[in-house]
Amino acid sequence: MKSRWRLPLRIVALGYLALLVVIPVGSVFYRAFQHGFIAAWDAVTTPDAVHALWLTLLVVLIAVPLNTVFGVGVSLILARHRFRGAWLLDAFVDLPLAISPVVVGLALVLVYGKTGWFGNWLAAHGIEIIFSFPGIVMASATVALPYVVREVLPVLQEIGTDQEQAATTLGASSFTAFRRITLPSIRRSLAYGVTLTTARVLGEFGAVVVVSGAIAGRTQTLTLFIQDSIDNLNPVGAYAGAVILAIIALVVLTVLGADREGRKAKWRSRSDQSPSDSEMPLPSTTSVLMSPMDH
Amino acid sequence: MRRSLRGALRPAAKATGPTLIVTYLSLLVLLPIAAILSKSFENGLGSFWTAVTQPEARAALKLTLICSLLVAAFNSVAGLVIAWVLVRDDFPGKRVVSAVIDLPFALPTIVAGLTLLSLYGPNSPFGINVADARIGIVFALAFVTLPFSVRSVQPVLAELDRETEDAAASLGASSSVVLRRVILPSVAPAMLAGAGLAFARAIGEFGSVVLISGNLPFKTEVASSWIYSLSQSDQLSAAAAVSTVLILIALIVLGAIGIVRRRFNVGEAV
Amino acid sequence: MGPSGGGKSTLLRVVAGLETPDSGTVEIDGQDLTGIPARQRGIGFCFQHYAPFRHLTVRRNVAFGLEVRRRPKAEIREKVDELLELVRIAHLADRHPSELSGGQRQRMALARALAIEPKVLLLDEPFGALDAQVRQQLRVWLRELHEKISVTTVLVTHDQEEAMEVADRLAIINEGRLEQIGAPAEIYDKPDNEFVMKFLGPATELDGAWVRPHDLVIHNEKGIGGQGAWVERITHLGFEVRVDLKLDDGSSTWVQLSRGAAAELDSVPGDQVWVSRATPSKRQGALTQVVS
Repeated sequence: MKSRWRLPLRIVALGYLALLVVIPVGSVFYRAFQHGFIAAWDAVTTPDAVHALWLTLLVVLIAVPLNTVFGVGVSLILARHRFRGAWLLDAFVDLPLAISPVVVGLALVLVYGKTGWFGNWLAAHGIEIIFSFPGIVMASATVALPYVVREVLPVLQEIGTDQEQAATTLGASSFTAFRRITLPSIRRSLAYGVTLTTARVLGEFGAVVVVSGAIAGRTQTLTLFIQDSIDNLNPVGAYAGAVILAIIALVVLTVLGADREGRKAKWRSRSDQSPSDSEMPLPSTTSVLMSPMDH
Repeated sequence: MRRSLRGALRPAAKATGPTLIVTYLSLLVLLPIAAILSKSFENGLGSFWTAVTQPEARAALKLTLICSLLVAAFNSVAGLVIAWVLVRDDFPGKRVVSAVIDLPFALPTIVAGLTLLSLYGPNSPFGINVADARIGIVFALAFVTLPFSVRSVQPVLAELDRETEDAAASLGASSSVVLRRVILPSVAPAMLAGAGLAFARAIGEFGSVVLISGNLPFKTEVASSWIYSLSQSDQLSAAAAVSTVLILIALIVLGAIGIVRRRFNVGEAV
Repeated sequence: MGPSGGGKSTLLRVVAGLETPDSGTVEIDGQDLTGIPARQRGIGFCFQHYAPFRHLTVRRNVAFGLEVRRRPKAEIREKVDELLELVRIAHLADRHPSELSGGQRQRMALARALAIEPKVLLLDEPFGALDAQVRQQLRVWLRELHEKISVTTVLVTHDQEEAMEVADRLAIINEGRLEQIGAPAEIYDKPDNEFVMKFLGPATELDGAWVRPHDLVIHNEKGIGGQGAWVERITHLGFEVRVDLKLDDGSSTWVQLSRGAAAELDSVPGDQVWVSRATPSKRQGALTQVVS
């Protein structure tokens, strides 16, 4: 690179990053602990805050496994079978990425709300979805729907079915072949997809705000708690909660970074004698269309 | 015993798998989207049009589209510069820089909004207050779309054949000419794709904007905020109508990107 | 054997149970296996790209079929060691397939398939992804292995040389049709139709019939009989010599001669010669000439 431009470009690039990302995020940590660690701790251990934490955790524990099973299932279907509507299935799975989360929340209300399509049926059976826990789970699951598929599907397509067929000829049932051959080969991309899904579910805001009614102590997730804290002039609570989420984000980043390195290394070692491998799958660390966290 | 039970279940299992999947998809995506579309036109085409062209709706949409366009364009250039530095420059801590670029990706948007509020809002240590101002929206959108702009261009830059640039230089081209005529044309499709992704992302953004913008109607209210307040005041049909517009715009942009990708053979890095 | 796209792989996979035929039956050892899934057919299958279980070591790969059958660990270990010795990759037992060369991977795949003691071994273009030299070595090795193990083996290939060298019986498949079955030499000398003739070896036309160029003889004198022709071109291809002829009736043909026969002929382009089919004795003569 032309030495004349090297330093100026570097300064501009790093400066932009510092102003836009580093300093703002750093300031969150600063503000959280501005009045001491105890104050921050107290702010996130109020009954409302603790409830928000538990609620968020519970949502993750339900939504993520559901999406994972769904994601693996869809990937298997799309990778193994060719059928007319395949592109449509793929598009619909990706759809949540193109939709504003507020719209996702609204859409769910229109179906499961009191005046929604299933409103009467749900009321008759005493099932509450909107303004209640199930609705939060559904909203979180919807916005995070594509991530597992996006990660697992390309890997399944690249591997092909030869290994599974070989396993079959050796006497394995389809379940055994799946367990012993398919699953280990998608292990890494699956873990990655699950991480992204978890991060997304944790950080969802817009959809949950619409669907839950944000009732403190009842239907507030951690992200809602943060917003509420700001509105209620409780900045320390907000920033402390934000720190929790930021730390999780940093963990996700480490996974992201490690995965990036892993893919690069795999690419390098692929140029050996393996005759069937022709192309490296482009690093899909950012193969997810939209942010893993909510928007 | 176990084996025969499993054997008996298998045909049933073969059918239930796809059925469950389609059911899950329907409950979460297909039905809700259909409901949005249906509700938009619930009272006829006329009321759809009214809801969308209502002054506050128009203002919100206009603000959203303009800000998103600005951010997409600006971050394309910023993304190119940053990607360039990542690919062509070498300095300690490059990995950290890479992580920083992905940070807006990994961070919940409400936290993103909080960070911007803390620094460039009312209690700003810099004395810069962009809260309740349109520029705050631009900041927030620039923050969340940064990774798209960088990561869409980065792999293309990395794969650029240096030999082409060397050949141009040996033929007498100055570095600015090399930039203009050799490098930019190669990265342009990827930049375009990245800008499109950033745009589609930005128009739907809610969490990061909601804190810093103040959501002042006609001033700093973006489309997603307007939809939110419509839904809170039970004007669901109007909310659905504006939502449909947003969905349509996003789909058109994403479809266009798909075409650009196929036409110029850009891979999917983002 | 047959041209690409002709259906030979598909046929092999039908036998394996990896594909379902629209009609017809599959019988192995007198047993009708048509509706039975692949895992219960007692067959071993090797793929062109080896289909190695990438996440398992070579040892675990070979042991897979036995592990699925829940054999005792000691038995598995013994059997695997035996097979690895047999295919001569025992020293690679604890490596992963990615660390092996193509030829080694295919030998591992063979060991893996043999571990379950299949009734029939099915090989789908097993050497297709390897380079020429390795292909040849493995060909020889495969025949030796076959002598040792005596498992009925069906091998699919589009490489004519490979088929002729390895097969006891050869089936030619083209466009989904079975053209001919027989011993390689038999099919080569007595092809049932034009396609088989042209596919299995060099062929040229004389008197409206297809004939092997090395079954033609060129005479300097008219007396012995045959068609009149002009020598168009003589090409020396190493051991063989190709003589292109223009016949009196306008058509072209070519003859394949050994170097000795060509030297004896002593012709140059432009010469007038006569060409005819070799009689069986003449052909024998040519053969002994080559040998001595």
